[in-house]
Amino acid sequence: METFEDFLKRILSILFWLLLLSPVIIFPVFFLLIPLLGISVPTTNEFLTALIDPIKGIQLANKYGVGPSSTFFKIAAFPGFTFAALIATITILYERKLIAKVQLRVGPLYAGRFEGVLQPIADLFKLLGKEIVVPEKADKFFFWSAPILSIGLGAALLAVLPLSPNIYIARSDVSLLIPFAIIGFSPLIVLIAAWASSNKFAFIGGLRALHQLVAYEIPMLISVLGVVILSGSLDLISIVESQQQVWFIFPQLLGAIIFYITILSELERVPFDIPEAETELVSGWLTEYTGMHFGLLQLGVYIKFYALSLLFTLLFLGGWYGPAFLPPLAWLLIKLFFVITIVILPRAVMPRLRIDQLIRLGWVWLIVLSFINLFIAVIEVSLGVI
Amino acid sequence: MQVVDQGGDKMVLHVGPQHPGSGHFRIVITLDGDYIIDAKPDPGYVHRGAEKMAEYRTYIQNIPHLERPVIIDATGITLPYVLTAEKILDVEPPERAQYIRMIMAELNRIISHLYWLAIYGIFLGHSTMFMWPMGDRELFIDLAESIGGTRVTFSYVVPGGVRNDIPGGFKERALKTFQYFEKRIKEYEEIFFNNPLMQSRTVGIGILKKQNAVKLGITGPNLRASGINSDTRKDEPYCFYNKIRFDIPVYKEGDSYARCMVRLRELQQSMDIIRQVLDRMKPGPIKHVIRGVMRGEPGEAFVRTEAARGTMFYHIVSNGERFPYRVKISVPSFRNLIGMSHLLVGSRLADMPAIYWSLDYWPVEADK
Repeated sequence: METFEDFLKRILSILFWLLLLSPVIIFPVFFLLIPLLGISVPTTNEFLTALIDPIKGIQLANKYGVGPSSTFFKIAAFPGFTFAALIATITILYERKLIAKVQLRVGPLYAGRFEGVLQPIADLFKLLGKEIVVPEKADKFFFWSAPILSIGLGAALLAVLPLSPNIYIARSDVSLLIPFAIIGFSPLIVLIAAWASSNKFAFIGGLRALHQLVAYEIPMLISVLGVVILSGSLDLISIVESQQQVWFIFPQLLGAIIFYITILSELERVPFDIPEAETELVSGWLTEYTGMHFGLLQLGVYIKFYALSLLFTLLFLGGWYGPAFLPPLAWLLIKLFFVITIVILPRAVMPRLRIDQLIRLGWVWLIVLSFINLFIAVIEVSLGVI
Repeated sequence: MQVVDQGGDKMVLHVGPQHPGSGHFRIVITLDGDYIIDAKPDPGYVHRGAEKMAEYRTYIQNIPHLERPVIIDATGITLPYVLTAEKILDVEPPERAQYIRMIMAELNRIISHLYWLAIYGIFLGHSTMFMWPMGDRELFIDLAESIGGTRVTFSYVVPGGVRNDIPGGFKERALKTFQYFEKRIKEYEEIFFNNPLMQSRTVGIGILKKQNAVKLGITGPNLRASGINSDTRKDEPYCFYNKIRFDIPVYKEGDSYARCMVRLRELQQSMDIIRQVLDRMKPGPIKHVIRGVMRGEPGEAFVRTEAARGTMFYHIVSNGERFPYRVKISVPSFRNLIGMSHLLVGSRLADMPAIYWSLDYWPVEADK
């Protein structure tokens, strides 16, 4: 039987031969045919040096407009998609290890030399190797579009979330509203996936996701309004900057708790994993998805997880502010993983709620409490506490 | 799969046989919105003809054969068979063997209840409550393995006694395990049974009224959760259950939560029974050895015992041959299945797992 290490060795040997053969096959095409079209390309020497020398590589990338300061790099790599996917992957591993410790298990152990650190990569290769099964009676277009939309939605959330005063993709005066506008689409994607599967269990799961939206969306928006009143701005960077003295979690504790509960609900995590309730609905709206379809849907959910945890950090935990012995980005990541831990933990200690209980919780408790929280914010501002 | 046109906005949902929450059987549920308006349990997917096959096996060969229907409660289903066969074969087991049988029966009850508890946890979406009882169940499996030799299918009780004596040092290990597990029961209560979310999912859900429980013929912990103090160990004592002091946990409410609590309390009671048995046990022979081929007297016999899921009833007819003429098993799972459709109708779809598994229905046992 092929072990995971043998498998990695095989992949690496394929990459090695590709690299060796590429000068013979790819470079002639690249350097002979493309200049005929009138586009300037890097010389062979430049290109090969860039492959092994990072500084040269950055210079070359800058020359063609994809360097670290370019918009393309920002969107694709650092504050954008690749960084979010990396955090999402770490979150998946961290969740599995943390829940395993609570449940007196060891969790992933064998992939990688230390504590199964390579397990997400092994899972990725497993998902890539699986067959993508599309049900015969499914609506093919929408069935294929749901995973792409899911990951697109996750990525779109990242557009305006700053990581520090000068690390962000785009800055807007209303950057707080943009994530909430995008999040509003997520139950639509669930419904598309559920409807296109033409499966009864998936369909019930999709309907439950819509009901869930009704329960959490309004308190989520109102709980954030308290922060807006205190800071007097809808710009996330100004909101963080107004927390330089006091983090908003202290004057806005009630709002933070409501926002935390609605995050759990939005991410369909225990105790609100009602749309994918396993024992009633097989896997809910995910029932018919296999292989990389399933992987993309899950990655989309975990990128959303990262974005919402980051939003909580920015709104209530003072973003990148902290004692000066660590850089701002490090403080942000520490707070981010603290939030991620708190979002993960209910999975270890709570059972699942029923949809009618969630709707009652949302309409009877959360909406009323979020309005009370709004009044608290108004009173605090008028008394000049903040 | 037949398509039933219910008209209007009703939906027919086939839960099982390929469904993570169904086991080897199917419930055909008709939904009106979120409410179940009709539930038809459809057992029989794992029917193996255990009763008929028992007519072609000797009294000894039948022991490993008849424990297949419910291997997680192996002693629970073989003990009544052996007691019935002993009546047919006219042998009396020694005193020590009777006590060891009680130890195995109660250990198996704990193993079976812990398995049930683990599945109930994950049925409510509580993954920690799946892992903890499954892990603690291993301790009791180890104890039972040290007596019976295998992890699950012990085939330990034989006509005339038990196969072998309990090993040395068993008492100390058992008491140590019980001491540890009593602490764990408190932790189970904290994380699961006293959890307000868990209570909101089970309290008042699937209420089985006292008169309905009697009318539908429910047995075992499900009957005791409906307020009826009925336990074969007390009502018709077999082995030496009449010499042991123990309480029958009875709850009046009859809902899913009461059924959970009955089983949780029974874990404690079973450990108390084993403690008393270990104190009362005296050294002595463990088997009345039967020489030659076992041939029963012509006639019939029946025995009722309390298995983990309820009353297990055996009726054996013998015509004096090496094989029994007829073996009839009345299993508790099938009797509890009758109540399932009664409980599911009128509840919500999300309550289906909470009600279904609170009955501790084991499809293989019901199908035999």
